[in-house]
Amino acid sequence: MSNYSMRRFKNKLALWIGALCAALAMIPLVSILYDVVKNGASSLNVDFLTSAPGVIGQAGGGIGPAIQGTLLLVGLTIIMGVPLGVLSGIYLTEFGDNPVGRVIRFLNDVLAEFPSVVIGVVIFTLIVLTFKSFSVIAGALALSIIMLPIITRSTEESLKLVPNSIRDASMALGIRRWRTTLSVVLTTAKSGVVTGILLAIARVAGETAPLVFTILGSQYFFSGLNSPMDALPIRIYRLALLPYPYAQAQGWGAALVLILMVLVVNIGVRLATRGRLYTTRSRA
Amino acid sequence: MTLHLQTEEKQPLSREEILHPHRTLENSKVRTEDFDAWYGNNQVLKKLNIEVREHSVTAIIGPSGCGKSTLIRCLNRMHELVSRARTSGRVMLDGSDIYAKGVDPVTIRRRVGMVFQKPNPFPTMSVYDNVAAGLRLNGERNHSVLDRAVQQSLELAFLWDEVKGDLDKSGASLSGGQQQRLCIARALAVEPEVILMDEPCSALDPIATAKIEELIASIKGNYTVVIVTHNMQQAARVSDFTAFLYLGQLIEYGETTSLFENPVEELTERYLTGKFG
Repeated sequence: MSNYSMRRFKNKLALWIGALCAALAMIPLVSILYDVVKNGASSLNVDFLTSAPGVIGQAGGGIGPAIQGTLLLVGLTIIMGVPLGVLSGIYLTEFGDNPVGRVIRFLNDVLAEFPSVVIGVVIFTLIVLTFKSFSVIAGALALSIIMLPIITRSTEESLKLVPNSIRDASMALGIRRWRTTLSVVLTTAKSGVVTGILLAIARVAGETAPLVFTILGSQYFFSGLNSPMDALPIRIYRLALLPYPYAQAQGWGAALVLILMVLVVNIGVRLATRGRLYTTRSRA
Repeated sequence: MTLHLQTEEKQPLSREEILHPHRTLENSKVRTEDFDAWYGNNQVLKKLNIEVREHSVTAIIGPSGCGKSTLIRCLNRMHELVSRARTSGRVMLDGSDIYAKGVDPVTIRRRVGMVFQKPNPFPTMSVYDNVAAGLRLNGERNHSVLDRAVQQSLELAFLWDEVKGDLDKSGASLSGGQQQRLCIARALAVEPEVILMDEPCSALDPIATAKIEELIASIKGNYTVVIVTHNMQQAARVSDFTAFLYLGQLIEYGETTSLFENPVEELTERYLTGKFG
């Protein structure tokens, strides 16, 4: 075989190995989606989505409180975690080239590697025991702590990709440092920052262990930020443990709802942030 | 080139006058006084005295690493943005020291604009937004003011005719030469008094370079231009005055024609004839 055709062969081989690996990586994703849709779709109806769980052992009831709880929890977590995480990331890239920044970066990485159940136990000790009640607030705090290092890290990495020449260009126009950071650097890195936030949301929406220690789970709809609350991951866990076929079908249904919620948030945020910083002009 | 001073029939400048031009030049716009600059412990500029005349083009030439870029980054206080960078001495802009205590570097950068070696338009902004950025991010909201500034700046940068049909397209989608003219338009839009150019053509082809040189010649009536260049022919073509820097020191400074035709210093002559650098 000539040298040239050997090289062409190697090129093809590498391409096919790459394609094969990509296909293999898709198998778990597709099979999970397939199972969840196959087993869960039949449970979905308005009553299932809106009513509270029924009596254990009797078919009927739904996951209304769990959906409500997950929306509330993730909402509170975003309010607490996203600004803090994005601002920390900005600090680390733009101003963190000093010993303080290095210490924060190190601690942030350590925090990112904490098992989530440990964070649940810590919040249980600090908040739940102190206030003598499981609560939505405790759950949202635990999830924020899980979310924070993920967003900080991804924001920092995205901002680092913005070339310094862009910062120079902005500073040389007499634009102040904070304006440069927010309106030029952050805008340039926007898609990376948003991706990081979405990954973090998806991650916390599916967390189960820390919630067991903080919001506990409940049969009832929302009754105050300082009371126990249900959430989809907890509901899925509880339903899956029950020995009744109807309960397991409901568990699949709840799993499907959770996946769809994450998907909707993902697509919605991407569409909402796709436009530019400014609508260019208002003139017709 | 038109020879500004020669047509005024002045005596040839003595060496002392050339090295300390602020004793001879009128209409001084920018003047450095015993100016030093460091990166960490590395002194890049040494006791530099140089004067830039208003509404003229001053070229700074010299071999790589001689401090050309550092010098112009000191003229609008961009140098200090690099960590461990420091300076001493004074830089007078219209007679007042831009390094004096209490001077806000941001206000200096609004008066002294800059164009960089590689075109660096804001990649996520449209052509319009790129040019409007300086005004907008400093608080200008009036659409008719912005529209007018954008058109005027693009016209000054010889780019208006090429982009007027589609101001909403991304600045990054333009060709390299167009991007550099976009960056010049962006710098002009905030109406600075001085424009610093750091090898603005080094990444461009000869046709794009010619356009930028033509642009420089056309704006110098209203602005003061300082251009760093590696290209001696370019310095000879566009500038009225030329400064030759070597190892952080000003070796020779004078009218471009006399410096190129009758250099006083042997070092200058050797550099100009390609014996080193």
